[in-house]
Amino acid sequence: MNVQLREIPPAASSSGIKTAIADCDIHPARATPDELYPFLAKRWHAHLETFGVHTYQGMMGGPPYPKAQPNASRRDAYPPEGGPQGSSLSFMQKQLLDRNNVALGVLNPLNTGQGIRNQDLAGAICSAVNDWQIEKWTSKDSRLKGSIVVANEDGVSAAAEIRKRAGDKNFVQVLLLSRNVEPLGQRRYWPIYQAAEEAGLPIGVHAFGFGGNPITASGWPSFYIEEMVGHSQCQQTALASLVLEGVFERFPKLKMVMVEAGFGWAPSLAWRLDKVFSRLHAEVSHLKRKPSEYIRDHIWWTTQPMEDPESRDHLFQTIEWIGWDKLLFATDYPHWDYDEPSRVLPAGVSGANKQAFYLDNAKKLYGVA
Amino acid sequence: MTSPIAGGVDCDLHPAVPHLTSLLPYMNDYWRDQVTTRGMTDLISQSYPVNSPISARPDWRPAQGKPGSDIADMQRQALDKFGSAYGICNPLYGVQMVFSEDMADAFCRALNDWLAKEWLDKDDRLRGSIVIPVQSIEKAVAEIERCAQDKRFVQVLMLVMGDMPLGKRHYWPIYAAAERLGLPIGIHAGSAYHNPPTSVGWGSYHIEDYVAQAQAFQTQLTSLIVEGVFARHPNLKMVMLESGFTWLPPFLWRLHKFWRGVRMETPWVDRAPLEIVRSNIRFSLQPVDAPPEPDTLNRLFDHMQSDELILFSTDYPHWQFDGDDVLPMGLSPDLVRKIMVDNPYATYTRLKVKETAS
Repeated sequence: MNVQLREIPPAASSSGIKTAIADCDIHPARATPDELYPFLAKRWHAHLETFGVHTYQGMMGGPPYPKAQPNASRRDAYPPEGGPQGSSLSFMQKQLLDRNNVALGVLNPLNTGQGIRNQDLAGAICSAVNDWQIEKWTSKDSRLKGSIVVANEDGVSAAAEIRKRAGDKNFVQVLLLSRNVEPLGQRRYWPIYQAAEEAGLPIGVHAFGFGGNPITASGWPSFYIEEMVGHSQCQQTALASLVLEGVFERFPKLKMVMVEAGFGWAPSLAWRLDKVFSRLHAEVSHLKRKPSEYIRDHIWWTTQPMEDPESRDHLFQTIEWIGWDKLLFATDYPHWDYDEPSRVLPAGVSGANKQAFYLDNAKKLYGVA
Repeated sequence: MTSPIAGGVDCDLHPAVPHLTSLLPYMNDYWRDQVTTRGMTDLISQSYPVNSPISARPDWRPAQGKPGSDIADMQRQALDKFGSAYGICNPLYGVQMVFSEDMADAFCRALNDWLAKEWLDKDDRLRGSIVIPVQSIEKAVAEIERCAQDKRFVQVLMLVMGDMPLGKRHYWPIYAAAERLGLPIGIHAGSAYHNPPTSVGWGSYHIEDYVAQAQAFQTQLTSLIVEGVFARHPNLKMVMLESGFTWLPPFLWRLHKFWRGVRMETPWVDRAPLEIVRSNIRFSLQPVDAPPEPDTLNRLFDHMQSDELILFSTDYPHWQFDGDDVLPMGLSPDLVRKIMVDNPYATYTRLKVKETAS
């Protein structure tokens, strides 16, 4: 976590990660605002320049909680040729992929059409971002795989975008954000789940987004740290909604990945769900199994920001409650709270669990050889 | 099972107001007239529908009336049953949902007077929490000062979901009054429903609202710590009531990690979050959101890194456990004594240790 001040030697010499890894949360950025224009109809160029982008929060062109670093990214991640962090393929290759022996890198673009109020614009930008991922990234480096971004509040348009990309090996998942207009289990999002299940694609639910709701159940907090810590609470509630609405009953082959929201909270949430379900199951009689069973079978977790207790036993016990087969290593490159692959796991993990954690779980989930 | 010991303090009991008319004797003419003229009948929160299984254990549900509305039932089923020396009454009546601060103030005053007269006067084991009209800070502080003169009020009660995060400076006069008067702030599950009951909007189900209480406690704890409430009020204790506690260790791992990363944003937070929790935050025992195996629970207590955080509670009449199993299996006798006796007395300084507890 935090900015890398000293150069850490590349993998082959001493970082400890000699074998290949998967990085399941990489954030590619646009070098310039108009980098999407080749993929966008002309009418939207003028629209964007005149009106900008209207989302479910008040700030034009910036986050309501100022980040801890410019673009929430490492200061050493600015590409030498200019542009924001994460906007250069060659520098990403050098700083992240080659150095850490990344065999599979999953791209999760964040500044897309998701959360834009104008649904036509949202759909157009999402589709453009998907084309841009192929053109700028996945077609140029076969280690990189894209995430299909969709106009999340318009289930019909989102499902059409997923069907358009189904079978395209440039993409390995559909990407949603955790904070939407409604909790993610609500029916308006089910066309997305149906299309993803049909396409055999997992859905990544990445922390962030704005849906018009205060980001705590008691209103808007003051600080960036509250938003960052609070992503795990938003994610818990979104996951509870998915389980309790019966999404995994209706779509039994659907797989979901909780991205960048932690995993340490999963056991406690599952225990709470099970306990309350034992009292209130009559209200949600569409559920045929205990909530924890849906979570165990349908949910994967990316690791960054890695839970970091003082005692490694506490970490290992927590992972055992979740399952070593469910964690997907992620760096969050180029963001400031990047997890360094060689330092993220304490000593004492078996070779098989390490292999699953760093690579095999991701390859299996995403169907990448 | 783990046996309770006599002389404990039950930190979360819920006496029920039978009906809004039960409070009429404690209102002035104007508010009596308002209630009757406007046809107001009751203030039941969606958090606890009367007939929901969560709201009362099946064998604690009376033949008629609201669960928790009969003092004889509470005495027999909770106080006598578990040998409690004290029981702290936390009335959950929907006064926080009211939008008018004048109405909220009138109802809170009536509720607190009703509690003193109809419960505290009738059993000297009972102690009360001051319910405050949080809609107005001035009125809330005045109500704390009014009720605190009665030493049987041992705590100020707030709900975990209100208009703003509880760490906000707006609320600090409440905390200053509580600290000055030796009253912990009890933060109980429940919502004013002035915001959606989850951080991602309105869910469909009662069960979702209930599960989401735990996440609301987590965001409130972040707010209270990072806003600096305990830097300003180092002697203030806050008690998370019906919050669950098994989420605490992973929550603190995450908060600690981000605090290390961005503490420049809140430089007044000069102690690690875990240290602040140890010195200022407590949790009621029920509900225990964990599997019933002693091994898992003991690991969780180990993850909490302190045996001083948990305070005994039955959450009467809510349905959190069956039979006599108010204490989860596998607790050591030392931990039972901490939870039932030492920790509550250390938290609620207005309680005087009774002979039975020694």
